[in-house]
Amino acid sequence: MKKRKEKKKIAAKVCLTVLAVFTAALFLTPIVLTVTNSFMAASEISSNYGAVFSTTATGGKTYISDTVNLKFIPDMVSFSQYGTVLFKSPDYLLKFWNSIILVVPIVVFQLIVAVLAAYGFTRTRGKLAAIVFFAYIILMMMPYQVTLVPNYLVLQWMKLLDTNWAIWLPGIFSPFSVYLITKYMKRIPVSLLEAARIDGANEWQIFYRICVPICKGIITSCAILVFIDYWNMVEQPLLFFTNTDKYPLSIFLSKINSQEVGLAFAVATVYMIPSLLIFLYGEEQLVEGIAYQGSVKG
Amino acid sequence: MFLAPSLLGVLIFFVLPFVVVIFFSFVDNPISKRFVGLTNYINAIQNSAFRTAVGNTLLFSVIAIPLAVILGMALAFLLDAGIPMKSQLRSCFLTPLMVPIASIVLIFQVLFDYNGVVNVVLQKFGGTQVDWLKSSSGLFVIILMFLWKNLGYNMILFLSAIGNIPGDIIEVAQLDGAGRFQVFWHVKLRYLSPMIMFTTILSMINSFKVFREVYLLIGEYPYGALYMLQHYMNNTFGSADYQKLSTAAIYMSLVMIVILGIMFAVEHHFGKDLEEE
Repeated sequence: MKKRKEKKKIAAKVCLTVLAVFTAALFLTPIVLTVTNSFMAASEISSNYGAVFSTTATGGKTYISDTVNLKFIPDMVSFSQYGTVLFKSPDYLLKFWNSIILVVPIVVFQLIVAVLAAYGFTRTRGKLAAIVFFAYIILMMMPYQVTLVPNYLVLQWMKLLDTNWAIWLPGIFSPFSVYLITKYMKRIPVSLLEAARIDGANEWQIFYRICVPICKGIITSCAILVFIDYWNMVEQPLLFFTNTDKYPLSIFLSKINSQEVGLAFAVATVYMIPSLLIFLYGEEQLVEGIAYQGSVKG
Repeated sequence: MFLAPSLLGVLIFFVLPFVVVIFFSFVDNPISKRFVGLTNYINAIQNSAFRTAVGNTLLFSVIAIPLAVILGMALAFLLDAGIPMKSQLRSCFLTPLMVPIASIVLIFQVLFDYNGVVNVVLQKFGGTQVDWLKSSSGLFVIILMFLWKNLGYNMILFLSAIGNIPGDIIEVAQLDGAGRFQVFWHVKLRYLSPMIMFTTILSMINSFKVFREVYLLIGEYPYGALYMLQHYMNNTFGSADYQKLSTAAIYMSLVMIVILGIMFAVEHHFGKDLEEE
């Protein structure tokens, strides 16, 4: 009797494991396919997927093939597309650079501003501060669609549209990290900060020597979350830039899809690399950051 | 003093312009600035493009959000069931979160194009070709992408919540003769309810962003069923019609504020409920 129950349990566990592995594989499929396909030579791509892209290409090359041939592994591994993307065609590198130049300053400065603000919120406790903080939460929850309109108006008024500042400034002052870091910093016992003050530390030293080191983990988490968010950004450049030369790779990718399919997979892979590297390096922090967001709620 | 930079930035880039937006939504045009009351709001409701956009966004949300929450929770329970390779599997579910949507739209196009892989497979099994991206079935593809991207996030949230369910309460319930189902329904779900609320809200916020997927996959003017609110706003941006834009933005923020209000009310209610026990 007992044995049978054991057996049943094991069977259930095996089923669950199979289910989990299968789902996980499903989740990875689009990524793996993109990467493996990036090693296909342009000619192989067009013979495999010609049917798809000949219908979407408007005025571009038309590939002749009526069947789609999805392949995990290319017939011939080829690096020539990467050569083209990285060395021969400066357009892609330029767009990649655009992405970096738009995202990195936002991550760095949003965090600096946020850590300072979090300290401000931690040290000033009172009704007014609480109300202001609540306003931050509301702002954070607002979908872009709502904040983009006010942003656009200000940027137009400041004549900053079509400059990188149009993306940087609203990004830097976005309340997201302020919220998360403040929630964390408020857990530092006040007695610890008071003790430091009694020992003769001034406000800046308390901030820099005590609060910042304690919050290191959450700051890293925030940096990762902010990076993913902006690396993926599409709406802001689409609205704030009329000059397509300034577009980041994310938007540019959707435009090349139909024209140069052979290269597109390689470009897509190159675009994924920074986020995947960050994921490898900071998965734990990312998970902690997300979990923390849930544990404190609004 | 430490707050100053952030406060200043938020004021300039979010709060003040928002006031301007409210102002614009009540005047006839930005130059003459004549007060017209609710005319803009009524016009927006009567505008068919706006109505389609709202309807589509709602339809998407009604289908996608419960799925995102329920499947996210299911994944969390799956990982929590004591199966091997838990952390590797968790990484797999989380990777889509990191990958930029722009990078994988290509493969989705290969899969769901009229001549794409999915249709080829369908035909092999005797089905008919579906023009996924250019018909109302596009909604299905977008929901799939949305789930693919967001499930990992919800899963992590639920995993941490499951970890926080006090183990002794489950034991007590079991000693009292509660079956597995009863433990799940009366104890676990009860403790997870605040998290269910939270992930629902988060998924809702994320669902407003789904324009990105549609735009990258299909473009600025998708088939009717995929015309989202953001398309309406983007295309209005082009014509610089500020009253229309402002009105739409105000409508959205009102909806958001109502949703947040409900969230806080419910959370307050549940929070009390749990503390009393």
